[in-house]
Amino acid sequence: MNGPQDLGGQMGFGPVAPEKDEPIFHAEWEKRALGVTLAAGAFGAWNIDESRHARETLPPAEYYTSSYYQIWIKGLETLLQRHGFVSAADLAAGKAVDGTAPPKRVLKAADVAATLARGGPCDRPMETPARFKAGDRVRTKNFNPTGHTRLPRYARAKNGLVEAVREGYVFPDSNAHQKGEVPQWLYTVVFDGPEIWGEGADPTLTVSIDAWESYLEQA
Amino acid sequence: MSHDHDHHHHHDNELDPFAARVRALETILTQKGLIDPAAVDAIVDTYETKVGPRNGAKVVAKAWSDPAYADWLKRDATAAIASLGFVGRQGEHMQAVFNTPDTHNMIVCTLCSCYPWPVLGLPPVWYKAPPYRSRAVIDPRGVLAEFGVTLPADMKVRVWDSTAELRYLVVPMRPEGADGLGEDQLAELVTRDSMIGTGLARQPA
Repeated sequence: MNGPQDLGGQMGFGPVAPEKDEPIFHAEWEKRALGVTLAAGAFGAWNIDESRHARETLPPAEYYTSSYYQIWIKGLETLLQRHGFVSAADLAAGKAVDGTAPPKRVLKAADVAATLARGGPCDRPMETPARFKAGDRVRTKNFNPTGHTRLPRYARAKNGLVEAVREGYVFPDSNAHQKGEVPQWLYTVVFDGPEIWGEGADPTLTVSIDAWESYLEQA
Repeated sequence: MSHDHDHHHHHDNELDPFAARVRALETILTQKGLIDPAAVDAIVDTYETKVGPRNGAKVVAKAWSDPAYADWLKRDATAAIASLGFVGRQGEHMQAVFNTPDTHNMIVCTLCSCYPWPVLGLPPVWYKAPPYRSRAVIDPRGVLAEFGVTLPADMKVRVWDSTAELRYLVVPMRPEGADGLGEDQLAELVTRDSMIGTGLARQPA
């Protein structure tokens, strides 16, 4: 969706302002936000694509005035309610009032190290050969889906070069909506700066994205 | 009572509204038996004490020291990095990109906050915030200037937008004058920002 998360090339947000000797966390609650978010992921009710989509469907004014851990928690509240783990009454009371859907798993402290080390690989075997090969000229699709996508607006309807054929990867545009993983070949596609940004673009710039096969057409 | 009462009145048992919101959520989930607070502690401990940019610095120092390792890292970063024990969440699929005298590489996630956790730890706030995510792809030299980095005008700048579950690690150029340094000493020259591409490796003292 053309939501607030799709930031490439937007203007007006000011300087980057890196913080010197930045701490890992800026408040105790950020630690809990990280830990609770990851622990809730272990329920097995949603996937990383659905959680990204829950964050990017925050209204733009709210997204841009929230810190990233705030965005995580707001997204998590959406997911927990959608999947029946937490109710509006629970949240209003600040304590458990209603029951819960059954989780597939509850993450125990003893399993944290192994769970984090395992991660969530999203490469999948492919039964069909890759349509494109390194060196192919391609054009990205022009579309404006209302659901989740990982093709940024700045890279739509642009001519690029396939630099690398990766593997079959879970397709986020489907997976985010519980419509299956339907893996597709993934490609690294590189664009010249002027192709993306036009007049006044930095001539020394190239930008690449990782694009699923259905995002691409033969140029 | 003054009009700014709410802004200056803190007791130990009072939390700011967002801290209270997170605490309430953790309480609800704990009361329902859905999360184990000790598991939350263990997750936090992992990213506070075990996983961070020193991991990535070891990868880079080894690549600088050992051409065979550098070649492996170029061909199969996931395996080469795993051989040093750095694996897991947000680093399941890795690609190392090497700076050269001609090309400077920079990593961004314009759509969210994708970042190679096993080698760099949790991302800094600026990496996740709109100014960096919006400008890295259109004005990387302007962004670099805010990090105090000026590249030669004719150097190519390659920006990698992490739109899939492939995570990138920049291998900065080995600084001049680092001959004779061991891997541990070389790792000291490798900053977090140099592995994102918003910095360069430190010069040896």
